[in-house]
Amino acid sequence: MSPILESAAGFKFDNVKRNQLLSEKGNAAPRATKTGTTIVGLIFKDGIILGADTRATSGPIVADKNCEKIHYLAPNMYCCGAGTAADTEFTTSMASSQLALHSLNTGREARVATAMTMLKQYLFRYQGHIGAYLVLGGYDVTGPHLYTIHAHGSTDKLPFVTMGSGSLAAMSVFESRWRAGLSREEGIELVKDAIEAGIFNDLGSGSNVDVCVITRNNVEYLRNYVMPNERVEKEQSYKFAPGTTEFIVPKPPATLSGEEEGTAMDVSA
Amino acid sequence: MDPIELRLPHTLQRPQATSNHEPITHSTEPIVTGTSVVAFKYKDGIMMAADCLGSYGRMAMFRNERRLMAVGKTTLLGMSGDISDYQHMQHTLENIMTQEYDMDDGQRLGTKSIYKCISKIMYNRRSKMNPLWNSYVIAGVDSGEKVLGYVDLIGTTYESPTIATGYGSHMAQPILRKVVEGREDEITEEEAVKIIEDCMRVLYYRDARAFNKLTRAKVTAQGVEITEPYSLETNWDFAESIVGYGA
Amino acid sequence: MSSLLSHEIGYSAPIEVHNHGFSPYVNNEGTSLGICGEDFVLVASDTRQSNGGYSINARRSPKAFELSNRTVIATTGCAADAKQLVEDMEQRAQYYVHKHGREMSTPAMAQVLSQLLYTRRFFPYYVFPIFAGLDAKGKGAVYNYDAIGNIECVSHYAYGSAAALLQPFLDNQINKAHQRGADTTAKPSRAQAVKLAIDAFTSATERDIYTGDWLEIFIVDSEGVHKLTRELKHD
Repeated sequence: MSPILESAAGFKFDNVKRNQLLSEKGNAAPRATKTGTTIVGLIFKDGIILGADTRATSGPIVADKNCEKIHYLAPNMYCCGAGTAADTEFTTSMASSQLALHSLNTGREARVATAMTMLKQYLFRYQGHIGAYLVLGGYDVTGPHLYTIHAHGSTDKLPFVTMGSGSLAAMSVFESRWRAGLSREEGIELVKDAIEAGIFNDLGSGSNVDVCVITRNNVEYLRNYVMPNERVEKEQSYKFAPGTTEFIVPKPPATLSGEEEGTAMDVSA
Repeated sequence: MDPIELRLPHTLQRPQATSNHEPITHSTEPIVTGTSVVAFKYKDGIMMAADCLGSYGRMAMFRNERRLMAVGKTTLLGMSGDISDYQHMQHTLENIMTQEYDMDDGQRLGTKSIYKCISKIMYNRRSKMNPLWNSYVIAGVDSGEKVLGYVDLIGTTYESPTIATGYGSHMAQPILRKVVEGREDEITEEEAVKIIEDCMRVLYYRDARAFNKLTRAKVTAQGVEITEPYSLETNWDFAESIVGYGA
Repeated sequence: MSSLLSHEIGYSAPIEVHNHGFSPYVNNEGTSLGICGEDFVLVASDTRQSNGGYSINARRSPKAFELSNRTVIATTGCAADAKQLVEDMEQRAQYYVHKHGREMSTPAMAQVLSQLLYTRRFFPYYVFPIFAGLDAKGKGAVYNYDAIGNIECVSHYAYGSAAALLQPFLDNQINKAHQRGADTTAKPSRAQAVKLAIDAFTSATERDIYTGDWLEIFIVDSEGVHKLTRELKHD
């Protein structure tokens, strides 16, 4: 390929091939922490309610029992993330700073559609290699908006949405109980039940329920809104007596007095 | 050839390789399929439902399939997966029940025995690497005890107060576990019908292989009752408010 | 019995087939452990059965069983195979009673289990059993096996999805591994073993997604088999 064509604008995916080759030769990429997750959002009478569980997994192991999956984007906007933990974290924080700059430039509060467009264009460029699956909710000058954004860049705009490995469990709750014009209390209860459906039926989801209520000019972030999975007390204490762990008492360094064998350190000059 | 094998029906014979060089192959994917079966225990027995769709790949081909059947007097069987394999199982079960009847010893196969029988058939087929591509839900009242069990193409079995196969294990089980668990002896028939219809409606909304025409059945100490196919009411009002996918 | 029934239910060796798209195994996971005491043994399993993915099949599907009034078995791996294996064991134990008019000894049953596993050397039972019981002198014995019958008599063992979490814990608490000056010969008391089993499983439930729901503990002593049940977290 000519150098000119080689340097043409756009994304290159050479590393994808390289990584495939490496993994075929036995050098697999390190395993990322996935937020095998239940995240949801719905529209209620006065705005948006977002919800998330708090389990992060690495394969079959729980990596974090109380992580935060509802990310701040802007004062009027929050975003739940499922998929690769690092990708959701960095994608949302990047979007957050761009939205802040956008607000300062325009002198207006950013719109939810702006955030949605930024995120989908960013993710589309990476063709799904950035594994961020998002539920975006916010309230702007045009009213409440709720979107899902998939890692490949597709979006949906719906009155109730779920994502992550627990999305089917959560959706079963929404499909049987959601209706237009829910009150704040009804909405929170429904979101809580949807997340709990994920927590108790999906092995990728667990621990606590986080809720975020976004209304006109107000956000209520209800971190650990319910904690239905507190650890029980252990049967006994596992404190060890001092000195249980063996360790080596370091010998004092050789001195010039000649107590120890060996050559004395050269201290001349 | 083994003399026993000579007497086997055609469908039970081991497939033969056409030449010494060709490997023996078995059917490795389901063809005409039924989706979820949903079932749970309630006060008087067990409630079960399955829709009437027979899918041919992504085509909604047959719209009047019956996937619930009675085995004997007090056992109810629900099937998801390949319908031809199900018909083979029906044939096998009919033979077994006929043989039992012919014994004329006053004994009847109870739900537990039928469950074990189906489980062994499934496990033995998987052990021959020639599975029946189904999940079965077996329900009944055996000596006054409610029995609700599951078995699939690998021979995996479990009993549970709530069972849902296929897509239903993702979308109906969460609803059932919340509403039914711990209340198996309280739920009335009326409430049970409402619960199972709610589950089937959710599945119709979200399972692309589901249908809103279904059969529902209950099994109690009195026996099995299976409804004629009927349609569920659905609500698409929310769709009015949806415009586009973006701004 | 008719030809039809015997064909469907009777066992015949798998014929050589090349098959695509069907795997005869599923790992239904969960965790089991065994602890050997001086005059008792303890075996514990959780009761969650999962489908190898993110779904729970059943919250209460036991994988530890009483085989006789002095032996117990705990399994992990493929539930379908485990069921078949346990039924085979029960049958062999029954035959022995009918034939000899007494129960098989614990070491003999341990050996039978090993042999049963090896019968499927080239189409293995995907099961990892822990077998435990009291020997003729009333002393505890815990055996663990690999899927094709390799047998080992141990002081304690953990198998299943949380085995890597539990084994070092038991090594440290029972064998006093990495504890300077600790008495490494003492076997755990019965009360101590129960506490360790409960703490092992509540902790495994915290960090292993395939372990949870309910815990069943079997203790075998000179009086017979005792069963304890504890609720674990359901998430």
